Amino acid sequence: MGKTLFEKIWESHIVVEKQNEPALIYIDRHLVHEVTSPQAFDGLRMNNRKVRRPDLTIATMDHNVPTSDRTLPILDQTSAVQIKTLENNCKDFGIKLFDINSPNQGIVHVIGPQLGITLPGSTIVCGDSHTSTHGAFGALALGIGTSEVEHVLASQTLWLEKPKTFEVRVEGKRKNPHAVTAKDIILSIIKNIGTAGGTGTVIEYRGEGITDLSMDQRMTICNMSIEGGARAGLIAPDQKTFDYLRDREYTPKNYESLVDSWKENLKTDSDATFDKTFTLNINEIAPQVSWGTNPGMTCDVDESIPSPDDFSNGDDNQKRGAEKALEYMALESGTMIEDIKIDRVFIGSCTNARLEDLIEASKIVQGQKVASSVSAMVVPGSQMVKKQAEEMGLDKIFIDANFEWREAGCSMCLGMNPDILSPGERCASTSNRNFEGRQGNGGRTHLVSPVMAAAAAINGHFVDVRKLDLN
Amino acid sequence: MKPFQNVNSIVTPLDKVNVDTDQIIPKQFLKLVQKSGFGKFLFFNWRYDENENIKSDFILNDSKYTGSKILVAGDNFGCGSSREHAVWALDDYGFSVIISSSFADIFFSNCFKNGILPISLESKMVEKLLLETNPIEVDLENQMIKTPSEDISFEINSHKKKILLEGLDDIAQTFQFVDEISKFEEKSTVPSVL
Repeated sequence: MGKTLFEKIWESHIVVEKQNEPALIYIDRHLVHEVTSPQAFDGLRMNNRKVRRPDLTIATMDHNVPTSDRTLPILDQTSAVQIKTLENNCKDFGIKLFDINSPNQGIVHVIGPQLGITLPGSTIVCGDSHTSTHGAFGALALGIGTSEVEHVLASQTLWLEKPKTFEVRVEGKRKNPHAVTAKDIILSIIKNIGTAGGTGTVIEYRGEGITDLSMDQRMTICNMSIEGGARAGLIAPDQKTFDYLRDREYTPKNYESLVDSWKENLKTDSDATFDKTFTLNINEIAPQVSWGTNPGMTCDVDESIPSPDDFSNGDDNQKRGAEKALEYMALESGTMIEDIKIDRVFIGSCTNARLEDLIEASKIVQGQKVASSVSAMVVPGSQMVKKQAEEMGLDKIFIDANFEWREAGCSMCLGMNPDILSPGERCASTSNRNFEGRQGNGGRTHLVSPVMAAAAAINGHFVDVRKLDLN
Repeated sequence: MKPFQNVNSIVTPLDKVNVDTDQIIPKQFLKLVQKSGFGKFLFFNWRYDENENIKSDFILNDSKYTGSKILVAGDNFGCGSSREHAVWALDDYGFSVIISSSFADIFFSNCFKNGILPISLESKMVEKLLLETNPIEVDLENQMIKTPSEDISFEINSHKKKILLEGLDDIAQTFQFVDEISKFEEKSTVPSVL
């Protein structure tokens, strides 16, 4: 019987395997950031251990760095200590670091692919759940905890139980690909499979609706695999993948011979079977807006806020969850999504802060002004994205419209730096999680695509971007 | 890591589904660079209001549950962020067993690295335990939860059970396979980054 892409990558990385026990899996790339690594380095020191493969390890600072003027000192002392700690750890253990002043600094999941560090068929880990992003290149990319970060630093391996396989087929063609984006596809998938629908599995996204997407868009899809509960998300590499990674700063020297072997090996065999399958048809799909406190609580932009009774389908827990969510979000069932007014707009995060995201959003913003009741910001995913956008003049478009144009980092996606919502503020956000307090204690998050966020900024409320001329 | 000891305690019933790690330990506490002392920040935004006054309606603030070592919660516990700080906070607060109908993968794995036992049971059983007011016993060796009215058996992977019972250092275990790791590296075709 044939094998899935996941099974091929898994089998080619087994170091030790025993029946009914986890396998020891080799890790090709380890990405490190300031928040989930300090305790791991401490553990190495306490036990007098080294980093086994500093040459396979890369670090940057993204989660708590300020996105304002980088020439100023960091005011938050605990953040400053954490950043300094990463610098010291990288120096002590010989790890390459893209620090706050590096032109390569940025969100770890944006810089990995941009620098050619992410490679098809490889295993990649990072102490961050959105590591699944790198699966867009056909890599098995897993988010891990700090103990596992320490384990990989020390041994370049991880003990892993073999996940199940989950095929998500995306069929059909979007009528207006500028208005209905990769973000809307993945939010629709999560709405359907649920936030635990992928638990214990690695998803492979397949079908015409996926192969049609650019690499930036594929990263948006794989990024949110964890929001569907999956261990990882994968897309088989194709010519777009190989072209994207060619001639990057860290692209391997023998790249073309690697491409030849990837073309041969990195695909699911036609007779392979998956443990589970879900199919989404995107012919009629609408822009999505989350209304609740998890990413599965999402509806079409032209719908109204659902009633908790819609969720009572034999499961009282789900109904109570919806009631609690509406209470936290201060929303009433029956309100049209387009009638929801917003206070803040955040265009950023490892989900949607790549160049293409900013280009698409800028088309909505060009020649317009942010509504007077709204405060809006753009936080590019990396300093490299920022520079490319500035070379295209996108910064001027956003600044002229009264958006703030910031330095790269995770920023208001999780609000570890000063970029946070105030209690009660409502935000249209291109990030990945709408959990209670995620963007600031008491803040209310609506997950949307970059074009939806841009249109909401201009209008002060959600707008169905299919009505706008985006071509 | 400390070996897991059997637990005899009342349960703290947290009757919520999809409890994410942002709720277990909010982001403002992730800036610390040590592993200890996170217990006081556990469920911070549910325990305290904006002025850091105690919210009397939150279960952890009910003195009845002081000293409880077993947390029982709804489906998909620990979803979201990979932050191990969530497990450090639960551990530091005093919980050593978490019972739910399902757990998110990364959280589940993080528990075993810190001597915490996550137990998955059928929803019906979890609902019963949410209502249990008497102390219960969790016996890992025999994979049994003993309540005054019944004994409930639970499943656990034998490898994970051994790690908890013996308090094994994961990395020291892995170093037994250092020759296999070196052999793997010799044949690996994935180039270095640097």
